[in-house]
Amino acid sequence: MRAWVLGDNVDTDAIAPGRYMKFGIAEIAPHCLEALLPEFARGVKPGDVVVGGRNFGAGSSREQAPAALKHLGVTALVAESFAGLFYRNALNLGLPAVVCAEARRIRDGDLLRVSFEQGEIANLTTGETLQCEPIPAHLMQMVRDGGLLAHLEKRLGRSR
Amino acid sequence: MRQTLAQKLVARAAGRASVTPGEIVTCKVDLAMVHDSSGARRLKPMLERLGAKIWDRSKVVVITDHYLPEYDDESRRILRITRDWVREVGIDNFHDAQGICHVVLPERGHLKPGMFAVGGDSHSPTGGAFAAYMFGVGATEMLGVLVTGEIWLKVPHTIAMEFDGAFAPGVSAKDAMLFLIGRFGLDGGQYQAVEYRGAAIRALPMQERMTLCNMAAELGAQTGLIASDRITQDFLKLKELEAWDSDDGAPLLAHHRFNADELAPQVAAPHSPANTRPVTEFADVKPQLAYIGACTGAKLEDLRMAARVLKGRKSAIRLLVAPASLRDQNVARNEGTLQVLLDAGAELLPNGCGICAGYGEHLLPENMVAISSTARNFKGRMGAASSQVYLASPYTVAASAAAGRICDPRELLQ
Repeated sequence: MRAWVLGDNVDTDAIAPGRYMKFGIAEIAPHCLEALLPEFARGVKPGDVVVGGRNFGAGSSREQAPAALKHLGVTALVAESFAGLFYRNALNLGLPAVVCAEARRIRDGDLLRVSFEQGEIANLTTGETLQCEPIPAHLMQMVRDGGLLAHLEKRLGRSR
Repeated sequence: MRQTLAQKLVARAAGRASVTPGEIVTCKVDLAMVHDSSGARRLKPMLERLGAKIWDRSKVVVITDHYLPEYDDESRRILRITRDWVREVGIDNFHDAQGICHVVLPERGHLKPGMFAVGGDSHSPTGGAFAAYMFGVGATEMLGVLVTGEIWLKVPHTIAMEFDGAFAPGVSAKDAMLFLIGRFGLDGGQYQAVEYRGAAIRALPMQERMTLCNMAAELGAQTGLIASDRITQDFLKLKELEAWDSDDGAPLLAHHRFNADELAPQVAAPHSPANTRPVTEFADVKPQLAYIGACTGAKLEDLRMAARVLKGRKSAIRLLVAPASLRDQNVARNEGTLQVLLDAGAELLPNGCGICAGYGEHLLPENMVAISSTARNFKGRMGAASSQVYLASPYTVAASAAAGRICDPRELLQ
């Protein structure tokens, strides 16, 4: 639940560097954000939250970007805005991405509780509650199922 | 109801007479393009987990470009998985080692005006140059398309970028895009549709239009679109023109008008394509490497631009050229364009994504300063985090190679 705060336009090359893309996610994840925040991959703990500014996840379609964050135990992403392709990828992997106009009020190291269904972030460090946009209804069931693959598995299993 | 080109394309794919920006619709996919990096190695295990079959194999096109040429065990493995999978599942539309997917796809006639298409790569908006709605998706979303033949979409608003007049000699589509990205930012497209219009756009050859739509990705749009016309028809060798255009007066999110005549060559400094200023402000930068490559900057038209500048000149620095497709390279060879580049000292690299994607053997070493015709200069993307990449048009990259410093190509074209 610790917040790792990054700036605007964090790009997918920084989140999942191209030179490691030939490997599996276990080999990519240790290099996640290494050009921007060298201590991140080793310091991040399961349950932590990554907070970005504008246009988080700009650049490539590589799904390994949200997958690396998820692999490291990140349970939610919060940003003022997300790059559209990255946003779809994160939700498709079952990693909630929450748009919060007030994301800049969050300081690095703050303890957060993100309720993405209610569209609310409780900042346990400052006592503030931040409002965010709820995840769109047509995607909520997919996120609850754990992502598109699990969602399709359920859907196809039922139709069989 | 007056509809934009984007609305018309989405409405057709959604089986509707019209759609409204902001509403969520489900579209039937006419074409799904897959490459080696986000393709078989990711899709095959997921398809097997679901025990599902591809909805329509005739609508899937597989192109290898990221891990070519194979240079180590991992890349050989990725290519082998791709080739085996194509054979196993029976995909006939397979272009192996023919060049970069965004260039090969229209070159081999897979795209047509009016289509609704997805690609497993962020530069998939390139297809929008053919008045097709095309955008990039990740591997899991591609799996969803392969299994269901459908994808959800929030109907986009349209941002019109209109260029009146004509681009000056030595000024290209790449300059227009660097200018727009500098002006509006990496999220200026707001994940909506950007439509390029105006006399200057209509006068551009097809591959220059592709550069505009390709870099809609760096502008943060879902897609970039251009209405179809005679140039589209001729490039695709269509018997009849399939006219797709916005209705006059269709509501726009924004309408920006520029005079193309006033546009100077642009350069984006490290480490963002939005870090753009006119070329004249970079005269003291001395790159050690010039790179003409990628779907953005090494198509036949791009090679021709570089050759126009380099004819009778020598490159003062290392010059690497990776033509975007084998077919473009062959045309360039036959017409003499390639020889001009080789005579200038260019080293020819294979027809793939190469350094641009941060793949392969030629990554930039520590502290290397490079000028590149590619689309992205994010920190560390093309090699070492300490390398510095300046983005520019093929004209400007070629002029800078000849001068040994960042150089306005208009000086050399006179």
